[in-house]
Amino acid sequence: MKRVYAKEEYCVGCRVCEVHCIVAHSDYKNDIVKAFKKQNPRPLPRILVEENRPISFALQCRHCEDAPCTKACITGAMQKDPETGVVTNEESRCVGCWTCILACPYGAISRNEQGKKVASKCDLCSDLGYTPACVKNCPNNALVFEER
Amino acid sequence: MSLDLLTPEFLIERDRNRCIDCQVCVRQCANEAHSFDAEEEKVVSKDEKCVACQRCVVMCPTHALSIRRFPLEFRENALWTGRTIKDIYKQAATGGILSTGMGNDKPYPIYWDHMLLNASQVTNPSIDPLREPMELKTFIGRKPEKLEFKEGKLITKLPPRMELDVPILFSAMSFGSISLNAHKSLARASQQEGTFWNTGEGGLHKDLYQYGGNTIVQVASGRFGVDPEYLNAGAAIEIKIGQGAKPGIGGHLPGEKVNWEVSETRMIPEGTDAISPAPHHDIYSIEDLHQLIFSLKEATNYKKPVGVKIAAVHNVAAIASGIARAGADFITIDGFRGGTGSAPLRTRDSVGIPIELALAAVDTRLRDEGIRGLVSIISASSIRNSSDVVKAIALGADAVYIGTAALISLGCHMCQKCNTGKCNWGIATQDPNLTKRLNPEIGAERAANLIRAWKHEIKEMLGGMGINALESLRGNRLMLRGVWLSDRDLNILGIKAAGE
Ligand code: SF4
Ligand code: SF4
Ligand code: SF4
Ligand code: SF4
Repeated sequence: MKRVYAKEEYCVGCRVCEVHCIVAHSDYKNDIVKAFKKQNPRPLPRILVEENRPISFALQCRHCEDAPCTKACITGAMQKDPETGVVTNEESRCVGCWTCILACPYGAISRNEQGKKVASKCDLCSDLGYTPACVKNCPNNALVFEER
Repeated sequence: MSLDLLTPEFLIERDRNRCIDCQVCVRQCANEAHSFDAEEEKVVSKDEKCVACQRCVVMCPTHALSIRRFPLEFRENALWTGRTIKDIYKQAATGGILSTGMGNDKPYPIYWDHMLLNASQVTNPSIDPLREPMELKTFIGRKPEKLEFKEGKLITKLPPRMELDVPILFSAMSFGSISLNAHKSLARASQQEGTFWNTGEGGLHKDLYQYGGNTIVQVASGRFGVDPEYLNAGAAIEIKIGQGAKPGIGGHLPGEKVNWEVSETRMIPEGTDAISPAPHHDIYSIEDLHQLIFSLKEATNYKKPVGVKIAAVHNVAAIASGIARAGADFITIDGFRGGTGSAPLRTRDSVGIPIELALAAVDTRLRDEGIRGLVSIISASSIRNSSDVVKAIALGADAVYIGTAALISLGCHMCQKCNTGKCNWGIATQDPNLTKRLNPEIGAERAANLIRAWKHEIKEMLGGMGINALESLRGNRLMLRGVWLSDRDLNILGIKAAGE
């Protein structure tokens, strides 16, 4: 399956990917300003830039073949789509027990405690149906979306 | 001195209705002009730190930023402009030489803009480059005196030459003054577009030997990075005598920029200043130059053209004649508007002569002496677009070097702060936080695109003149007419006035 891969040598640590991830998961997918200023609570970015300058790279869910988070999930909210391979958390079923966070070897799931507690993670922009927002907007092609 | 008399040069305007306090600008400004005020939970900025490189403006996801000239009106007059006043404040505060980056920005006449090209009408047909073949192939090197054939085959042994698909090369910019990613971008673009880039005086990084076939290796007064492998790696060798931005003076790469990669490539200890002396200490005459040219030819088995680069100075034509006679295969003339990674401001702005006049004078002189065929002429500095290229060729250049234009294609925004090592675009810096901002894949594509775009435009203009091979335009000054020029200027340029 196509995944997002980071090229750390070209990541400039700007976090534009995080900004666009927030926008892509907001109600205002075409308006950054509204996504940030109107939507409350503001969605969390599902991509996180890790840095220890000069090294930086953007990390998000690897959509693992064996997806340990799906096996750990106590309610079956975390699922890997057998067709697309995308791992998503069905937030209505998620109870916020954080078991998936314990199981994820990449630290790619974060806690969203803004309202009902839910595990927040990359969904490969599944509902946008095109190149993930982070990849599309990275100014230095430090993220690529490809089959490897 | 507690009070700094300098006032900000630029004003950072943040549209608060658009700013989302994402801090992208904070992370991108190496001059630390933006910061996040955690208490107020908002991004703020300090105007005095801004150099107007536009990095934050371009990167801001909501286009909330604009940078303007600081609206301060000095009580200036025609003689004492704001800039001259500020220069004095700076020197009064530091007691130092003013240094700067990029080329001369003073409003001297730009002769390219005073020359107009011809086009065909009625009496000779123009050519459509989309329908008919158009030849831009250019050879740089000595021309044989005559060609001999036997049974239809060429038997004259041709001197070593560089073969270019376009008459545009990337000019010398050393690794040290610009980043390795900038070198990679230019090297790849050269290979892609069938032209050449020039290492500058800082040696050739080991990763770039693979582009040797498209590389001109430079030998300068500091002899940095020069060894047999280096000399043989390139397609040609260029001896650098002078640079248009700072004729008569050497170079100084401060130790902070000499990281291990620069040190390995320049073959000097890490962290030491790389000082290029003003003269080559073994060249004090044309005869000495002759010796170096032939030492380099000997070292490379007479397989590579060896050229000499000089700054355009007062008696450039006589010097060029000497260089041609000393055995050089090409002469690079760098005009007073040529760029630099760092130069003393006064030298940059007041030394040397315009490339257009220098080029015409050299071409005329070499023709008059019957030695034009001994060398190719590469014209360097202030080429901004394809029509400048065409005009340079018509004035007598075989090809042109582009430096500043090439860097602009990579993202340079002409803030003229190359000397600070804080280039926010990852070009004129060795800071690993900044150099990674230039992705050579993107850089190579952009530089190659620029060359390709100019190539199309050059063909278009040639076709308009009814010319189907660049060779027919070379030194064809009848294709140029001058406007707003004195008789003396026209005379030196060797062109007629518009209407004549
Ligand atoms: S947008 Fe690209 S360069 Fe910027 S932090 Fe994200 S991955 Fe790195
Ligand atoms: S959340 Fe972690 S464990 Fe689950 S698929 Fe993504 S990377 Fe793998
Ligand atoms: S990058 Fe733009 S939106 Fe983000 S903090 Fe700076 S000015 Fe505001
Ligand atoms: S120096 Fe460049 S990045 Fe910094 S504030 Fe000014 S324009 Fe923006």
